[in-house]
Amino acid sequence: MVNLIWLFFILIGFIVAAVQGNIEVFSEAVFDGAKTGVTICFSLISVLVLWLGLMRIAEDAGLLKKLSILLRPVVRFLFPTIPKDHPSIGYIMSNMSANMLGLNNAATPMGIKAMEELQKLNLNKDTASPAMCTLLALNTSSITIIPTTIIAIRMANQSMDPFEIVGTTLMATAISTTAAIVVDKWYQRKALRKE
Amino acid sequence: MYGLITAISLWAIPVIIVFISLYAFFKKVPVYESFIDGAKDGFDTAIKIIPHLVGMMVAISVFRASGAMDFMLGLLHPVLNLIGVPSEVFPLAILRPITGAGSLAFTTDLIQEHGPDSMIGRIASTVQGSTDTTLYVLTVYFGAVGIRKTRYALKVGLISDMVGFAATIIICMLVFG
Repeated sequence: MVNLIWLFFILIGFIVAAVQGNIEVFSEAVFDGAKTGVTICFSLISVLVLWLGLMRIAEDAGLLKKLSILLRPVVRFLFPTIPKDHPSIGYIMSNMSANMLGLNNAATPMGIKAMEELQKLNLNKDTASPAMCTLLALNTSSITIIPTTIIAIRMANQSMDPFEIVGTTLMATAISTTAAIVVDKWYQRKALRKE
Repeated sequence: MYGLITAISLWAIPVIIVFISLYAFFKKVPVYESFIDGAKDGFDTAIKIIPHLVGMMVAISVFRASGAMDFMLGLLHPVLNLIGVPSEVFPLAILRPITGAGSLAFTTDLIQEHGPDSMIGRIASTVQGSTDTTLYVLTVYFGAVGIRKTRYALKVGLISDMVGFAATIIICMLVFG
């Protein structure tokens, strides 16, 4: 599906640019996009280095294990394929906690670390495992309790009540996350049956 | 409630960092050495993501700059208009899963133009806050560990985005209507 979307974006972009007679936009956009990709990765370096360092301290101190024991029932339900006490569980839980607090730049390194641990369990190294798909689903719909960025923008624009969207965000995020879990479970069952 | 929320977003990171280091110190963990040990993987991970992110950003950039995205939105407009929702927020349904920076810019525009306390401003704020950029998350998370075959992951992400968008509109109409 990613292949199709990728091709679709480029092909439709080419056709529309050609028909509207401004094909020069196309090459400009290609190089702009490439530059954006690299810029984002470079800005990720500092965040990744910092949080992976801190997470190692937490791991060595046994904090991640504590967190995963605390939330074991949740993990059992969401990730039935992960063995008990696997190190990925602690990272998955810290990733979810960071998401909930709206700490986006902490959530990404923890999620990546969780993916790395899940990759160790994965038999087919270039194909996503069911557990990886679940972790991704949880992150794309991302359960948010405090939407920090948008509150700041509302404040900057003299909102009478910048926080009034916290309630609606919470409801919307709960619904979209539930949908993600349900749809993921459905596909997961189909995938596991095939294996 | 407001005080609490501002306090949490202000204190969360400092408290987490101090708590982890202090707890580890009492557990006799060599904190600085541990930090360096974990941190040294960060650079490699970031570099590993570059091909994935460049590939995805090129496609998105072409799609937006060529006017293809506006064209698609034009096609969708009459359909969505039937439901009686402010049509100004529709572009977010397509922007949000594709580009985080793009949808944030669009939301900011909407808020500046219509006011943060208008229905449009509230819906846009809720859409922006309640979900993450599906394509970006997929690219970065799977890219970091070298996953190329994503199976059903993108479908799940996009379906939940659609459900979330529909839910946002219904909820905002009910709560603020």
